[in-house]
Amino acid sequence: MNDFWNWDHAAAVFPSLIKGLGVTVLATVIGMVIAAILGLLVAVVRRSGVRAVTWPVGFLVEFIRSTPLLVQLVFANLLFTQFPSLAVGCAVLGIHYATYMSEVYRAGIDAVPKGQWEAAVALDLPRGRTWRDVILPQAIRNTLPGLGNYAISMFKETPFLAFIYVVEMYAAAQAYGGGNFRYMEAITLAGLLFLLVSYPTSLLVRRMENRLA
Amino acid sequence: MSDNLQILVDLLPRLGEGVLVTLELTVGGAVLALLVAFVLGLAGRARTRWARVPSRVVVEFFRGTSLVVQIFWLYYVLPLPPFYVELDPLACGIIALGLNYGAYAAEVVRGSINAVPTGQWEAATALDMGPVHRLRRVILPQAWPLMMPLFTNLLIQLVKGSALATYVSLHDLNFFIGELRKGTTETVFAYTVGLLVYFAIAYALTLVMNALEARAKNKVGQGPSLREVLRLTPPRVDTAEVRP
Repeated sequence: MNDFWNWDHAAAVFPSLIKGLGVTVLATVIGMVIAAILGLLVAVVRRSGVRAVTWPVGFLVEFIRSTPLLVQLVFANLLFTQFPSLAVGCAVLGIHYATYMSEVYRAGIDAVPKGQWEAAVALDLPRGRTWRDVILPQAIRNTLPGLGNYAISMFKETPFLAFIYVVEMYAAAQAYGGGNFRYMEAITLAGLLFLLVSYPTSLLVRRMENRLA
Repeated sequence: MSDNLQILVDLLPRLGEGVLVTLELTVGGAVLALLVAFVLGLAGRARTRWARVPSRVVVEFFRGTSLVVQIFWLYYVLPLPPFYVELDPLACGIIALGLNYGAYAAEVVRGSINAVPTGQWEAATALDMGPVHRLRRVILPQAWPLMMPLFTNLLIQLVKGSALATYVSLHDLNFFIGELRKGTTETVFAYTVGLLVYFAIAYALTLVMNALEARAKNKVGQGPSLREVLRLTPPRVDTAEVRP
């Protein structure tokens, strides 16, 4: 039993894990804000129909979506050495997830009935007001569950930040494990803390889905 | 620039090895994930609690914890007491990828089977088909086309997740990018090449999966057959032909 699980080690690693959890949550929140805003911009731009814009943006989105986040993070961190790695990490997380979010927004915008567009034209609303006051309020309501799901998924990808030397929860666990030759408690606790945060959030998202559906 | 290209050409065999490891991880992980997905997905809709509850717990556990933590748990914790299980790094990667994405795919399997209309179940029961026969001949052929687009997404995610393998001492594509960077001392060049190779792999897999999706759809009478899709000349539109 002592070999398997040592409560002293568990207690010793816990404070640094909680500190790491703070960084993890911070990165998730900042990344999600960037993703939500940038994703919406991309979705609206891709609907503009101007091929000189939609084509390059489309390629970029496809490229970012289908290359590994880990490689992008390491690349960006080597490229922008003048910024702190946490900032670079948040930005890369945000941009990577913006490409997913843009698809969610696109589906939401497509789901707005055609009559709404026609009504806006019939009322002679300018383009900006049509988007702002008619289409987006209806579209974004449909996208909230998608946003929640990607927030959870981003939360679980923050350990990638450990590879660019950001001390979030996983890096804290790894550091303790390396320093004391006890990986069992540190990594297991880190995994459990992830579950402790992400499972209630996923229940919340499911409830929101049911409420909106 | 030409120096960089020369180094890249010199390193090409290594690139091939890296891509091979990435593909091994992808294929191994995908096969394991498919197996896990069907076992957990079918158990998740079983009538007895004894199958349903464990399946939900396993799915929520592997979906709810990070892939990074899982892969390192397998690599660092498992060889320690009390487990003493030393896994090959490649096996570590394949198991972690397979279980993580298998849990996601289990939800896809469960959802798609639920989406098959109840009438199909009832009709199969009325025709006195056994449970296995019913699933194999009636339900799965209809659920399969619904699963395909979601499986495509998960497969691409899995390819990207495999980049982690570098950190459990595997020499995959991600590792090769680092080598190329050291060789050329050109960060931008090395990573651009690396990302393009990842993109090419992901894009090729998307094309294959789209073809499989077209085939699955055609088998239940939706859309053109794969042969028609792949044919270079546009299909002849026959107005007289009406699909029943």
